[in-house]
Amino acid sequence: MAKITLSNLKHSYMANPKTAEDYALKEIDLDWEDGGAYALLGPSGCGKSTLLNIISGLLSPSEGRVLFDNRDVTNLPPDQRNIAQVFQFPVIYDTMTVYDNLAFPLRNRGVTEDRVASRVAEIAEMLEVTDMLTTRAAGLSPDNKQKISMGRGLVRDDVNVVMFDEPLTVIDPHLKWKLRSKLKELHQRVQATMIYVTHDQTEALTFADQVVVMQDGEIVQIGTPVELFERPQHTFVGHFIGSPGMNILPTEMRDGRAYLGSHEIPLEGPTAVTGAAQIGIRPEFVQIAEQGIPATVKRVTDVGRHSVIESLVGEASIKAITQGTVPEAGSPIHLSFQKSQTRLYKDGWIASEASA
Amino acid sequence: MKTQNQKAWFFVLPVLVLVAFNALIPMMTVVNYSVQETFGDNLFFWEGLGWFEQILRSDRFHAALGRQFMFTGLILLIEIPLGVIIALSMPRSGFWVSICLVTMALPMLIPWNVVGAMWNIFTLPDIGLLGYLMNTTLGINYDMTQSPFAAWATIITMDVWHWTSLVVLLSYAGLVSIPDAYYQAAKIDGASPWKVFRYVQLPKMKQVLTIAILLRFMDSFNIYTEPFVLTGGGPGNSTTLLSIDLVKIALGQFDLGPAAAMSLIYFAITLLVSWLFYTLMTKDDQK
Repeated sequence: MAKITLSNLKHSYMANPKTAEDYALKEIDLDWEDGGAYALLGPSGCGKSTLLNIISGLLSPSEGRVLFDNRDVTNLPPDQRNIAQVFQFPVIYDTMTVYDNLAFPLRNRGVTEDRVASRVAEIAEMLEVTDMLTTRAAGLSPDNKQKISMGRGLVRDDVNVVMFDEPLTVIDPHLKWKLRSKLKELHQRVQATMIYVTHDQTEALTFADQVVVMQDGEIVQIGTPVELFERPQHTFVGHFIGSPGMNILPTEMRDGRAYLGSHEIPLEGPTAVTGAAQIGIRPEFVQIAEQGIPATVKRVTDVGRHSVIESLVGEASIKAITQGTVPEAGSPIHLSFQKSQTRLYKDGWIASEASA
Repeated sequence: MKTQNQKAWFFVLPVLVLVAFNALIPMMTVVNYSVQETFGDNLFFWEGLGWFEQILRSDRFHAALGRQFMFTGLILLIEIPLGVIIALSMPRSGFWVSICLVTMALPMLIPWNVVGAMWNIFTLPDIGLLGYLMNTTLGINYDMTQSPFAAWATIITMDVWHWTSLVVLLSYAGLVSIPDAYYQAAKIDGASPWKVFRYVQLPKMKQVLTIAILLRFMDSFNIYTEPFVLTGGGPGNSTTLLSIDLVKIALGQFDLGPAAAMSLIYFAITLLVSWLFYTLMTKDDQK
């Protein structure tokens, strides 16, 4: 177990990167606390797998250092870093039994057979695969295969960090939540640092204590799931997390006040921004009211538990989540924003102060 | 209710006719010869299973069959491991990939009788490059028209030269299809290069290697042109493989009955070994 520090990390897949665009990772500085459950969340191609491979040692960074408990491991190969990684597609050794698969990382390190047997039994019990130990791993279903690859990571008790690279991609939807809760339970039992890479917000928010959101090779925000939801530091986070994402509305600041058309929108707190900016409000905090901003209903989508109402205010489209009766498309309505949840963003970054 | 349309049979007819003409009818002709004796003039006498018995009891057939198994066994023992080793050491990406692949494919593009003729000239003691080098420069007595050992060494080397590429190309195709994650996982699990080969690469190559062994078995077991051009079965009978012997009986001695019986036995052996091997190799996959 160890604290993992990434210091001034940069990576480019090109031989001679020149502009910032050439970097898959732009200047990452980050501490992963020992024993934490982290999720690395971002759209495909944002650099999260690159970051993961740098931590595991499969890739060495163009610049910067990776420290495990302040020990520089930047140039160490993966097998000397004591890490474990679970890949997108289950990696198992087809010709071996489940037992041999789980024992493989231990045997390769010269662990005695007694110790191997007790560790494998313990992990198999934890993963609920004890009854499969003697079967050939090749015949297992994808979710069991993925369990075995997780098991190979957890079987060593000295792992610094277990990394999951979108591990539920090939798992059937109805088994996903099962494996996900299994993972959460495993984290509590083994107390190892875990980093979970995904582009699925549900997976990230349910698994992690801390979510690291990435975009275009940069970290945009680190926070608890609640923080990410309630107060996105960047419009990207607001948009990426939530279903539907945050409404981002262009606005013009006049005398420290935000306007949408001719309507003044009260913000959560004071701001120093002038000129063009953006108002951010989650659909959960937009209500249909008797009075307020006049809008026209464009489309209503019933998603089961609630309805999403998409309406137009001038050019801007605003989504609202409501329960109960819904207006018809084309009908005029009034919208009101919950003041404490109305944020202001300038050039993408949050610019309003939180209300006390 | 499903309508039965018998017209579909009509469309299968061309294939049936084709298969009949290129396989069934010739094959039945052989079966016909194998149970009769003829003295020409289209006069046939019923012989029953006599020819089969004669062939199966003949020392000449046993010797040829022994030589055939030795040849096939030796080339498989050399070509399969060598092909795998070459495939493992080939680059996986970049400029050299296509150069390696084209170079590898070249020997397979040469017609079989040309290969035989090439190696014949190559090994001639007086003017052949290899023959001259061995005899004159190195002083090693190497003449495949005189020494059975030299003849065997030459036909084995020729086949290895001609066909190892097939194993290489198939193995290489198997290797490049292994996702990177397997190598990365093995690295993280602390597997040695040998273990990576044994537990990752070899299992993933199993299917293509099965095909490679099967193709090489069938081809080498039925080989005719190359050794015929190169050694003509000599010196003596030392490189008279089954097919060469068969042609001698059928066209040299014009013993059509025994030759037909031998053909069928030959065919049965090839089929049986291929079937046994394939069943054994794929047995585990069905579990």
